[in-house]
Amino acid sequence: MNASFPSLCRLTGLVVLVASILRSAPLTAGLFNPESFSLANGLQVVVVVDRRAPAVTQMLWYRAGTIDEPVGKSGIAHFLEHLMFKGTSNVAPGEFSRQVARLGGRENAFTTSDYTGYFQQVPASELELVMRLEADRMVNLRIEPAEVERERQVVLEERRMRTDNQPAAQLWEMAGAAQYLAHPYRLPVIGWQHEIERLTPADALDFYRRFYAPNNAILVIAGDVEPAKVRALAERYYAPIPARPLAPVADLSEPPQRAARRVQLIDARVNRPGLWRTYLAPSRVHGETRHAVPLRLLADILGGGANSRLYRRLVLERELASGASASYSGIARGPTTFNLSVTPREVGKLAEAEAAMDAVVSELLAEGVSQAELERVRNAVLADAIYARDNVGAAPRVLGAGLIIGLTVEQIEAWPQLVEQVTLEDVNAAARAVFNANASVTAVLLPKPAS
Amino acid sequence: MRRWLALLLALLPLAPPVAAAPQAIERVTSPGGVVAWLIRQPEVPVIGLRFSIEGGARAEPADKPGTARLMADLLDEGAGPLDAQAFQLRLEELAVELNFSAGRDELSGGLRTLARNREDAFRLLGQALAEPRFEEGAIARAKRQIHNELLRQQEDPQSIARRAWAEAVFAGEAYGRPADGTPQSLAALSRDDIVAYHRQRVARDRLAVGVAGDITAAELAPLLDLAFARLPATSAPLADDEQQPRLADKVQVVRRAVPQSAIVFGLPGVKRDDPDWYIAFVLNHILGGGGLTSRLAEAVREKRGLAYSVSSYLVPLDRAGLLMGSAGTVNARVPETLTTIRAELRRLAQDGPSEQELADAKTFLNGSFALQLVGSGRLAELLVTLQRRNLGADHLLRRPQLIDAVSAADIARVADRLLRLDRLYVVVVGDPPGV
Repeated sequence: MNASFPSLCRLTGLVVLVASILRSAPLTAGLFNPESFSLANGLQVVVVVDRRAPAVTQMLWYRAGTIDEPVGKSGIAHFLEHLMFKGTSNVAPGEFSRQVARLGGRENAFTTSDYTGYFQQVPASELELVMRLEADRMVNLRIEPAEVERERQVVLEERRMRTDNQPAAQLWEMAGAAQYLAHPYRLPVIGWQHEIERLTPADALDFYRRFYAPNNAILVIAGDVEPAKVRALAERYYAPIPARPLAPVADLSEPPQRAARRVQLIDARVNRPGLWRTYLAPSRVHGETRHAVPLRLLADILGGGANSRLYRRLVLERELASGASASYSGIARGPTTFNLSVTPREVGKLAEAEAAMDAVVSELLAEGVSQAELERVRNAVLADAIYARDNVGAAPRVLGAGLIIGLTVEQIEAWPQLVEQVTLEDVNAAARAVFNANASVTAVLLPKPAS
Repeated sequence: MRRWLALLLALLPLAPPVAAAPQAIERVTSPGGVVAWLIRQPEVPVIGLRFSIEGGARAEPADKPGTARLMADLLDEGAGPLDAQAFQLRLEELAVELNFSAGRDELSGGLRTLARNREDAFRLLGQALAEPRFEEGAIARAKRQIHNELLRQQEDPQSIARRAWAEAVFAGEAYGRPADGTPQSLAALSRDDIVAYHRQRVARDRLAVGVAGDITAAELAPLLDLAFARLPATSAPLADDEQQPRLADKVQVVRRAVPQSAIVFGLPGVKRDDPDWYIAFVLNHILGGGGLTSRLAEAVREKRGLAYSVSSYLVPLDRAGLLMGSAGTVNARVPETLTTIRAELRRLAQDGPSEQELADAKTFLNGSFALQLVGSGRLAELLVTLQRRNLGADHLLRRPQLIDAVSAADIARVADRLLRLDRLYVVVVGDPPGV
């Protein structure tokens, strides 16, 4: 199972991670058993008690990602994320990071197409400090032009490292742009280079003022804490921040897609072929949402490991590829994709490998999925839910990502039941809905032949 | 911070601490004489096991690089009565996760299972280790997968740079050989090579086992025999010659048409059993181990915007110690980046850290360690490390004192020893001008 998607996908690694954790979630009712409440200014707060260790994680999520960017300003959501570490009217640049480090804490931030998030993990006794500092930078950010110029160079280096130095990532960027005719999921999270070069401090400030508001955020606190104490701290530090009027979120959808697309990248740096296929797909909150949970199971049946259909056919039986897999996550605000990935053994086997991949999909559509297959992957997905509880980072990530795309706590907590309820016909119906060649992109990576 | 990408790392287990009191560590001996260290954590019905067998790529024949890696990849491709497909199917039905990997110094592996499936899980691990089938079809398949990975590494400037660095500095020695092999060496490996490596190396005398999660010592003891008792008692002798990195003040350029150059550099370091280990540990944190607050990050990234990612790290191999670092910058700014890195090495060697830097480094290194100790896999891995490095079960209590004892004078002394510009070996992969 060597096949893998480039790590920089449109939705970035986080979604993949969240997906792999969402296949987790406990078998018993109540995945993480969180407590949830809202402040008067609209901030939703979720608390998960986990007393295995005297630590606490704060994660603050904003419903502000690449898809919220003004036209021509691609990358501003991610750029702003970097600038959020450059200080406020109360806190010097880098001081937040230094204070967390002094506590032995860890912090970071992440941007995807759908959201931006910030987190710290610190000793449980220091929760107040990080809540105070995070609340402070929700409203008091200072953006200095000189800092913006320096950070622009850092972001451009980040783009070179992740994308321009990696032909597979460049192809993935092209495939994303080809997949979406109207929806801004076509944009790379880091932004197009020529637009990053023109972003201004005012662009960052505009985006900040528009989206960084308590009524556009989710706060998750997980660890060795008392919910009542968390509530008191949230009231003290976050409640004074006024809500902002939010522009209505445009209901962005794709028009009917009527033609299969194919993108091909030939590069002298490449020395082995690659093949990806993406199909436009619904998410848990967008489009035909009833297909989302079945699609998660379908991905495992088709390409979730050594027993999956693609791996057996392409790698074990036909020996056309060294890897073959499938992936899908329903955790997306808009129309997402169902992905197939094949690593052909050599360029000469690429066409045959692609035909074999298509044949596996056709057969699945014609014959349907077997009950034995469904039970096998269901069992594995439910076991993953238990494994997720072993990992203290899972709860804030799964709850935060689910809430920010618009799921309720109840819907997130019901994951095991939703997986239990999926029938054979649900999976077959989801397969029929998603495998529409006219809504697909095939991406091919090829070495440049020696001249 | 590496924002974003580092996200992948950071989001792995955000780990809270177990107040890992030494009495929480139990030493379990099976009826068959297999020893494991155990931390019981019954909150979640999951068991994690990690093990290490000293040897790895260092122990493979000099003309057969990649043997250990290939063997490790084949352990779960059919064992005992089960062929590859039947074995993989059994794992998935039980939701048991098995993994094996070969590093420079060790074969390591792990197991994760639901507590209720523990007996089957340990039995499968035992079959994989003691009775791998090494079928020709599986060998050919694993070779194709590794071959593909080698080709991919050759596309990636950072991987090319790391490989070139090791080949140059350890030329002719075990650490200079590519641990995963080369396309040529891989193609030449036979089933006999794999079987021979397995027979000579996968044994109990260099084995360390750590277990954590929802299991008691009494429950674990017989399971250890299912997993390990059938391995031979002793392995073949393992060369323990010290390997001296040939470090010199040099910049080696590997030309590649890429927009961003990958920079890898290395200096003398310390092995894990070096008396100066904790001093070097604190020193490295201040230099480039401490995220955005380290000296290298401050100078290279924050002040000059030269790189997104810049860091340094200790590499404590069994037979050599290194202090290494890496950065990536647009081709045109490679000279400025190298000048900046050199200046920071010189400044830290000459002036030492400030009192505040030293104090901050200590509180970070103590605090963050405690925060990371949670989850069955991490705890099991910690238990393996304590045994592999002979640190003792009370190490978790002594560690904070060892770090707190590091003084500015210690740092100055070890900086003299390690931060030697005359021994700074740099590899640049890209198309930098004037280098």
